Amino acid sequence: MAAILEVRDLRVEFPTRRGTLVALDGVSFSIAPGEVLGVVGESGAGKSMTGAAIIGLLEPPGRIAGGQVLLQGKRIDNLRYEQMRRIRGREIGAIFQDPLTTLNPLYTVGDQLTETMLTHLPINPAEAKRRAVEWLELVGIPAAAQRVQSYPHEFSGGMRQRVVIALALCAEPKLIVADEPTTALDVSIQAQVIALLKRLAREKGTAMMLVTHDMGVIAETADRVAVMYAGRIAEIGPVREVVKNPQHPYTAGLMASIPPLDRRVNRLAQIDGAMPRLSAIPQGCAYNPRCPKVFSRCAVERPELMDAGTTQAACWLHAKAMTDA
Amino acid sequence: MFAFIVSRILQSVPVLLVVALISFAMFAYVGDPVSIMLGQDFTEAQRTALVAELGLDQPFFVQFARFVGNAVQGEFGLSYRLSRPVAQLIAERAPATLELAFCAAGVALLVGVPMGVYTGLYPRSLLSRAFLTFSLIGVSLPTFLIGILLILVFAVWLGWLPSFGRGDTVALGWWNTGFLTRSGLKALILPAITLGLFQLTLIMRLVRSEMMEVLRTDYIKFARARGLTNRAINFGHALKNTMVPVITVVGLQLGAIIAFAIVTETVFQWPGMGLLFIQSVSSADIPVMAAYLLLIACLFVTINLIVDLLYYAVDPRLRAGRGKGH
Ligand SMILES: Nc1ncnc2c1ncn2[C@@H]1O[C@H](COP(=O)(O)OP(=O)(O)OP(=O)(O)O)[C@@H](O)[C@H]1O
Ligand code: SF4
Ligand SMILES: [Mg+2]
Repeated sequence: MAAILEVRDLRVEFPTRRGTLVALDGVSFSIAPGEVLGVVGESGAGKSMTGAAIIGLLEPPGRIAGGQVLLQGKRIDNLRYEQMRRIRGREIGAIFQDPLTTLNPLYTVGDQLTETMLTHLPINPAEAKRRAVEWLELVGIPAAAQRVQSYPHEFSGGMRQRVVIALALCAEPKLIVADEPTTALDVSIQAQVIALLKRLAREKGTAMMLVTHDMGVIAETADRVAVMYAGRIAEIGPVREVVKNPQHPYTAGLMASIPPLDRRVNRLAQIDGAMPRLSAIPQGCAYNPRCPKVFSRCAVERPELMDAGTTQAACWLHAKAMTDA
Repeated sequence: MFAFIVSRILQSVPVLLVVALISFAMFAYVGDPVSIMLGQDFTEAQRTALVAELGLDQPFFVQFARFVGNAVQGEFGLSYRLSRPVAQLIAERAPATLELAFCAAGVALLVGVPMGVYTGLYPRSLLSRAFLTFSLIGVSLPTFLIGILLILVFAVWLGWLPSFGRGDTVALGWWNTGFLTRSGLKALILPAITLGLFQLTLIMRLVRSEMMEVLRTDYIKFARARGLTNRAINFGHALKNTMVPVITVVGLQLGAIIAFAIVTETVFQWPGMGLLFIQSVSSADIPVMAAYLLLIACLFVTINLIVDLLYYAVDPRLRAGRGKGH
């Protein structure tokens, strides 16, 4: 099936006084209808930036400096604000990290839902009201008929994130960009919220880009996973393969640093060093100063994504296989 | 809700009592009203009669209790200067001040809020920079200077507007209004601008900074991500949140406008309470001064109460008692 979302060679720049920072460079991936793509990587890798670029809400002076974003085959990266506005919420829904701050405190949740639906859907206010209650029920808020009239502060964090999910889905978009939707929540309710998100996405056939730090969530929810490092994709492939059999040394390091669920470990493996700042990304492979398998070519040439068995990895270790084939 | 109002009113009683004490202390310790009222020639009998009539021979707390008791009934005695009931004098002057303050507040709000919203939405535009420069002038020039400059330009050079007084007024019962005549309205323009300018720039800067702050919040970003129109975001979601703190300041400023009217009324010889107060100060007319102080205090208390109620109406988080939440 044709992809819902296709990102081609995306480049995002931040012009600053001391020169241009390249926040994303050559990011390419696609998401099929109904598919969940997990996105992982250390803090600052560019995960949120990718999401913001897709929904057209990069914070100025950040801008898309190259590449394309295609939604159902049509370019959306070069649309004017008003055209893009009609796509946001309607075609692409977004879920942010902190439900305590993403809802307007002065509007009832019902008003925020009806406002969103009336903006995008050809329905009347009465119908919007009816659907608002329906959505609250759908995301599992008890006594939804009364709670539509509640204000955000009258809900707990988990309940608020359910409201946020309803808001992101209520105009029935084909794609959801969820940026760490459970990071700010109590550990005890994270699983419920993820399960809800996954169930709704499946029921509505909504594709999803799910940014998270939690490999457990990825393993359970995503179909494929993209590993980001320093504004690029280091590895992308089916979840099972990437987790069990990582082909990129960075992915391997990342997986080794995750505590296994089935046994206790005293010390987690840590990747030495830190991810480079945008102003000081090394020549060649950005990972080379930290990579245990670094060799001569790594510091000179930059690896693009290449086939690496069942996944694709941006690593010269897999170049030989390519030339041999 | 009712309990809230009652408790707020009770809370303001001590404040008012303290102000009453200060006003009363002026009676007791400033000037000698008896010699002022009697003038140069008087007999000792006249003097004692007047002292008894004014109750000045009573002990301090009896005098104070009587003062408060009278004040509650709107009774402030006779003006030393004009020998007329203070309450009557103030009632005559109040409409002029209130109409002026109302117009000044109107100017400040109706111009200040849109300017603040604009400069908040487009902080980099040329017009915004012009507004900000203008507001710096408004904040840094003293009121009397602005008044004099306005008079110079619009009254002396251009001759468009009168430089002093209230113009013709129309009596509606005891309320003399300047709103119903051409000359009354023309006379209002310069004093209202003079009085409102400082508050205007203050409101503009406040709305601007609040607006910029609100536009950075996650809920505005989320509103954009939901594809709401700019109109709905800027003038609905953002402006409403901006207004929460603005209401408080505007409320307090309204009190300040009435209090600061003294300077403007003096510059424009506007026949309001402020001018009455200044005239009373220069002739040590203590009953008028005391009544004026108390009145201003009452006004601040009332405005604060209204502000609290508005706050309560705008911000659902304060309506916790009604909440059904966790
Ligand atoms: N306004 C900005 N100007 C310059 N650089 C920025 C700006 N905003 C973000 N960046 C940089 O862009 C890079 C990517 O940031 P991004 O928020 O996408 O990271 P992330 O992968 O989402 O991290 P996290 O896990 O912490 O959310 C970071 O290095 C960050 O410092
Ligand atoms: S290209 Fe070289 S440095 Fe980069 S990940 Fe592969 S082996 Fe390590
Ligand atoms: Mg992020």
